[in-house]
Amino acid sequence: MLLIDNLCRPGLEPVNFRIDAGEAVALCGPSGSGKTLLLRAIADLDPATGKVSLDGIDREAMPAPAWRRQVCYLAAEPGWWAERVADHVPDWAAAAPLAERLLLPASIGAAAVARLSTGERQRLALVRAMVGRPRVFLLDEPTSALDDAARAAVEGVLAERRAAGAALLWVTHDTAQAARVAARRLEIAAGRVREAPP
Amino acid sequence: MTYIRLDLADLALAALLVAVNGALSMVLALGMERRLLVAAARMVVQLLLVGLVLEALFAQMSPWTTAAAALAMVLFAGREAVARQHRKLAGWWGYGLGTAAMLLAAGIVTVFALTTQLRPDPWYDPRYAIPLLGMVLGNTMTGISLGLDTLTGDVAQSRPAVEARLALGADRWQAMLPVARKALRAAMMPIVNAMSATGLVSLPGMMTGQILGGVAPVEAVKYQILIMFLIAGGTGFGAAAAVVGGVLRITDSRHRLRPDRLA
Repeated sequence: MLLIDNLCRPGLEPVNFRIDAGEAVALCGPSGSGKTLLLRAIADLDPATGKVSLDGIDREAMPAPAWRRQVCYLAAEPGWWAERVADHVPDWAAAAPLAERLLLPASIGAAAVARLSTGERQRLALVRAMVGRPRVFLLDEPTSALDDAARAAVEGVLAERRAAGAALLWVTHDTAQAARVAARRLEIAAGRVREAPP
Repeated sequence: MTYIRLDLADLALAALLVAVNGALSMVLALGMERRLLVAAARMVVQLLLVGLVLEALFAQMSPWTTAAAALAMVLFAGREAVARQHRKLAGWWGYGLGTAAMLLAAGIVTVFALTTQLRPDPWYDPRYAIPLLGMVLGNTMTGISLGLDTLTGDVAQSRPAVEARLALGADRWQAMLPVARKALRAAMMPIVNAMSATGLVSLPGMMTGQILGGVAPVEAVKYQILIMFLIAGGTGFGAAAAVVGGVLRITDSRHRLRPDRLA
């Protein structure tokens, strides 16, 4: 499904791996080792060399916005461009049930983003990304600010997407979480990625 | 047309006021006297030189010397616009974008006024073209530098929001729209304020100059209204061109934000 072939950018040595449909891969490594750089390079948010393709179609063969709708990057600290939560999705009514599954009240749509907690914002950023139904999720520590219940809810919803054929590349510092959500693990150190032994 | 001529003694008398300022600075230990003196001297020398240049331009009546003077004014304005920005575009873009936008906007507006409303003969008559360009340019420069400064400053601050939209599949225009809107508002604000306040709070220099020169107030007012409209138009065009150019430069063809292109 997602094929990374010699992807290279400053701070990252050439990277090669693939993720199949319905597969989750954990990406682990110390802070500053290049995890975010790798995710951003795959999402085409920073210039990089090498080949990245989805189902055999090169990302250069399609407009970058179309690529990012399919291969969606979720930042560790997501940005917000409007005051109200609901203004960040095309249709809040359609997104609200998903928010409720992530233990957020449906009424949060009317709330001001600035008044929300870090954990609420983190889950809303996931809702915002999921409503576009991307085929690959590039998740940069998506549960770092969550309590156990919310973390379990996020893991559950993402597991469903994976079962429906989505691929996940999941950055986490939590080795227990890496073992729980992914069958494979990549390790990154000083910009060099290698497959972790099973 | 009658007006009261000034001789050197009149100017020397007025210069006494600056000398009083200097004395005040010394008494109050402001440390401003030297800067005040240099600034006043610069102003006198620059204006005398401009007076001489304008005399020569008016005497020649050549489209080439007029165009050369106009270009020099635009180039100086470009340098001034760059100097007013806190965060600039890297490399030649920093100077080139603002200058090109000014050349485009002030040029179009000035030629428009010369060929449709003022219609001097010949249309490039430097007596009309140069002062007109000067007034349009001065204000367009303020708008463009404010617009670009807001754009580059806000891009750094709004980067997470812009990239969140890009990551969700927005193109660069959709993602940059709030930043571009803010920049254009900042660019237009001075001329909107100036139009609101003109006549009530301030009497514009050109209009008062014409009145002192013996022109009937109603005629001077008509000129001033024309100038304000030209300035508003020029600022709008120039700021739009500069902000669109700035967005194109701060993003790339793969719809990525490129803060590395800021100095």
